Amino acid sequence: MSDTAENGPVLAADGTPLKRSLNRALRVQKTRAMLLIAPLLLFVLVSFIIPILSMLFRSVENDIVVNTLPETVPILAQWDSSTGELPSEEVYAAMARDMIKAVEAKKHTKLATRLNYEKTGIASMFRKSGRTIKKWDPEADAPFKEKFLDLHKGWGDMDVWKTIQTHSGLYTNGYFLNAIDMQKTPEGAQAQPENKQILVKLFIRTLIMSLVIMGACILLGYPIAWILANLPARQSNMLMILVLLPFWTSLLVRTSAWKVMLQQQGVINEVLVWLGLVADESRLVIINNQFGTIVAMTHILLPFMILPMYSVMQTIQPTYLRAAKSMGATNWTAFWRVYFPQSIPGIGAGSILVFILAIGYYITPEIVGGTKGVFISNRIAYHISSSLNWGLAAALGTILLVVVLILYWAYDKIVGIDNVKLG
Amino acid sequence: MAALTPISRKPLSLVLPTVAAAGAILGLFVGTANGSGLMGIIIGAAAIAGLAFVYTQVLKNEKLAKWISIVGMAALGFVLGGIPAAIIGALAGWFYSWFIYWLYEGRYRQRLLPYLTPGQVLWHYGFRVICGAIFIFLITPILVVMPLSFNSQDFFTFTPEMLRFEAEGYSLKHYQDFFTNNEWQRSFKNSLLIAPIATIISVSLGTLAAIGLSQSHVPGRRAIMAILISPMIVPLIISATGMFFFYAQIGNWMEGTLGFNKNFVGYVKVILAHAVLGIPFVIITVTATLVGFDRSLTRAASNMGADPVTTFFRVQMPLILPGVISGGLFAFITSFDEVVVVLFVGSASQKTLPWQMFTGLREQISPTILAVATILVGISIALLITLEFLRRRSERLRGMTPQ
Amino acid sequence: MTLTKTLLTTTALTVAAGAVAAEEMTIVSWGGAYTKSQKNAYHDPYSEKTGITIINDDSSAEAVAKLRAMDEAGNVTWDVVDVVAADALRLCDEGLAMEIDPDTMLAPAPDGTPASEDFGDLLVGDCFIPQIVYSTTFGYRTDLVGDTPPSKICDVFDTETYPGKRSLEKRSINNMEWALLCDGVAKEDVYDVLATEEGQDQALAKLGTIKDDVVWWSAGADTPQLLADGEVVMGSTYNGRLFSVIEEQNQPVAMLWDAQVFDLDGWIIPAGLSDERKERALDYIMFATDTQRLADQAKWISYGPARKSSAPLVGKHADLGIDMAPHMPTDPNNAANTFLYNYEFWADYRDDIEAKFQAWLAQ
Repeated sequence: MSDTAENGPVLAADGTPLKRSLNRALRVQKTRAMLLIAPLLLFVLVSFIIPILSMLFRSVENDIVVNTLPETVPILAQWDSSTGELPSEEVYAAMARDMIKAVEAKKHTKLATRLNYEKTGIASMFRKSGRTIKKWDPEADAPFKEKFLDLHKGWGDMDVWKTIQTHSGLYTNGYFLNAIDMQKTPEGAQAQPENKQILVKLFIRTLIMSLVIMGACILLGYPIAWILANLPARQSNMLMILVLLPFWTSLLVRTSAWKVMLQQQGVINEVLVWLGLVADESRLVIINNQFGTIVAMTHILLPFMILPMYSVMQTIQPTYLRAAKSMGATNWTAFWRVYFPQSIPGIGAGSILVFILAIGYYITPEIVGGTKGVFISNRIAYHISSSLNWGLAAALGTILLVVVLILYWAYDKIVGIDNVKLG
Repeated sequence: MAALTPISRKPLSLVLPTVAAAGAILGLFVGTANGSGLMGIIIGAAAIAGLAFVYTQVLKNEKLAKWISIVGMAALGFVLGGIPAAIIGALAGWFYSWFIYWLYEGRYRQRLLPYLTPGQVLWHYGFRVICGAIFIFLITPILVVMPLSFNSQDFFTFTPEMLRFEAEGYSLKHYQDFFTNNEWQRSFKNSLLIAPIATIISVSLGTLAAIGLSQSHVPGRRAIMAILISPMIVPLIISATGMFFFYAQIGNWMEGTLGFNKNFVGYVKVILAHAVLGIPFVIITVTATLVGFDRSLTRAASNMGADPVTTFFRVQMPLILPGVISGGLFAFITSFDEVVVVLFVGSASQKTLPWQMFTGLREQISPTILAVATILVGISIALLITLEFLRRRSERLRGMTPQ
Repeated sequence: MTLTKTLLTTTALTVAAGAVAAEEMTIVSWGGAYTKSQKNAYHDPYSEKTGITIINDDSSAEAVAKLRAMDEAGNVTWDVVDVVAADALRLCDEGLAMEIDPDTMLAPAPDGTPASEDFGDLLVGDCFIPQIVYSTTFGYRTDLVGDTPPSKICDVFDTETYPGKRSLEKRSINNMEWALLCDGVAKEDVYDVLATEEGQDQALAKLGTIKDDVVWWSAGADTPQLLADGEVVMGSTYNGRLFSVIEEQNQPVAMLWDAQVFDLDGWIIPAGLSDERKERALDYIMFATDTQRLADQAKWISYGPARKSSAPLVGKHADLGIDMAPHMPTDPNNAANTFLYNYEFWADYRDDIEAKFQAWLAQ
């Protein structure tokens, strides 16, 4: 593409300079490529990326405190908690005005749920207080400090006020701190008490187990893909049915099947006991732990490894192997130096599929994983559907996403995505 | 070429130790079940080696030998462990008589290249045994739950009656439930409607985009790729809640402004949501196939005057079809097996099969879900075998030699 | 793309064509046998009376999250939702459920007692309309526990007399109370103790003594399956599930009613419905929670009706023909020693204790 000619620019057939002509061709090519990509890109951007980003944005969003207590927050910000004294009457009065409005709009309990994540007990304090505050008048009933203290002892608790003060910002890093087993306190970020630390451990466990599952899938999938790609079509198509059948079968059914297989009164244990390989009283514990999760998920994800490998291996010419052998390569050398490198795109595609799917799974670990075989996604699901702590769920989801993207990037650097042509 | 390999009888010094080893394995199982593993190994090895000697040197009638082994071993099994053991015994009998003759007559070399060393022959069969084990791993859980769908009780449990093969342990009531229960029927139809349409959308858009991405000069390819495969990366539960908001608004707009029927809008929402989830699979598999695609072919086609559309359908498409089909399979199964997103995005009228199964597992144990699975497996076996049959027929019609 | 769109439109239209109804309402419930009992007792008579088509949506397990999402998106498609009382309280706090005035919105008892008295203490929170009383209690395999079957809750913690696995729910609620109760804490002090760090540690330590013998369940159908398999010798679950295992499936299982934890399940009406839909939902609720209907539901499932006036009307099981009263958790013989789920306490402490419990589980 260079015009190193010394006698003026090189010309294309139609007389335009070659460089410009090539540039135009390149532009046309780019436009055509983009036109092919555009419909899908737009579809995914609009219907997926934007909604997900706005969901993940909840991990830093915290406007509920300011919105519900618009008058209290600025005044409370000036309160110096280190003096050891409760906030002044001014703060209580502002709180009374805010609460009267909030109770009327039924927003106070929502705020209470938010603050209860940070300080246990606020939920019932707000709910109980709300019933009385409803009847107050912002002018006639002043002053409020005494009234609040009579209402619930929590209003005289320094920690409650500190909590409100700490968590009154429009945005918060609190959820992210929670997601890595830390907490946002008035004194700054601190580690969670040890008996509440679980999430970092779960992250690490999720990563390690996903890697193990991916490794198991490569080990089991490669021979299968190879034999499918190298047998005559007649036989390989029949064997393909054996791969496709589990794949067709519902995930829920397969997970239940593994439960039937693995439990202590299950098929595997019964057969082993029947054969006398295992004593009746020492049946193997192979479910409700990490082993159960790994076996069941390897089974479920194996087709996701085999099928891409197979479609890549099918394009590898068997003649290359024969050529290598005819030139004196041993079986192993021929495989390792000629066949294997060509099959790497398949391994890459399969591994990425399996790893990423594994990392986000939660139904199977929930059913066969017991307590030690659950993944971080199980916690995300819990916080979405049970505890309603969507901020924390979003923070966990964001971290998970970032981890996957980093791994994707590292994979690109080390193995080279070009080998998979994924990007 | 393969059939040309000459075969010859093998000496007993090879046959006897090998079959003895195989017999020892059977002996180990039978022996441990009856008290002593070591005795089992010795008796098993001796018995099978003895059989081999008698069959090959004295009896010399393969058919008769086969039946003797099957009947004899079945009878032995029955004595030791009743009907189940008798069945296993018969199978073992068939296997061992076949194995003895297979080794003795040297049939194992028949299909192999003549110049292979014994080590290579061993590896050839060893590799097949490994593959067989993996296939067994793949298929056993499914085979195991199928009988449970005929359970006369409402649990996923092999009852003593079932294990004794008594008629009252079995029933078809779960199948009856599936065919007569409206909820199951409706969810089955919904799945059959939603999954194919979602697949068509993701395959058509996905294949185009994959081809676009595989061109040599695409600005920002990495970023685009990351965006396109993101539906797979984001944990499903987050996708589900996130997409809910988007589709709720789209739904409001379609119902309010465009005046579509509520039900119709519900289907559109679920189908589009599932289509998005299927896209990464299509992209990944199709791009992987395109790596091996020789670009000079399309150039050759355009050189010879084909327009891009013709080139695509006549040259490129047939070559990348395996990738497209496997991507389509993934996309289909993603939708057909998806439960989290539809729980959020769908409403009662769009209840799909997995949703119904999920409720079934959680709220009321019912082997109906196993009956459904068995029916689906049956249908897919029938479909796949028909496809294979058609393929062979067209092969024959085109006068190709069967491979 | 236009092709697929047309294709999509035509196919979906053909499907949707048959489903146009004049008036319909979507009622959300748990699915399975429970929805069936509601259909028989409430939906079918109501449809017959009013001509309104009722669509069942089995989404109660996700109801809280989904209602919140619907509310934010401004498109609530549900009319009446069946949830447990704790979730109703949460929804009420979040402003997602409508407040209910029992005396004007619910039918009085046949003798004229206003609904607020007839339901009594069961009206927890401002939005919740109680329907049934269920209990979380234990069932055990009669053939696997030896000659002296367990009779006390603390037998669950006695792995010497009753070796084998037991199943417990994978959450702190109920388990923490039982653990304290069996660790020498008096029943009336349980929640005071549980409010302290030491008390929580004490409960976890007690649970720790059987941790290796526990299979943790998360779906109500798990324990019945585990019992039927003989995978566990005893396990906690909802009493209706155990009834079905014992009476309908004839499994060798019996109930351990000691220290059963009462909980409530009932209706809420989502906040922000249009007036027309709200009217319809209230009309349905008025119909479905009157004395006779609540008693009717007990014909199909062994949960106790929430009204005092319904109790005498509980009859026989619709298919089996056995008396249902002795199978109700509220029956005096069964209710000798009971707990009532402490809603206020758990609303405050759930997040905190649950975090500790889950961390403890993962250790």
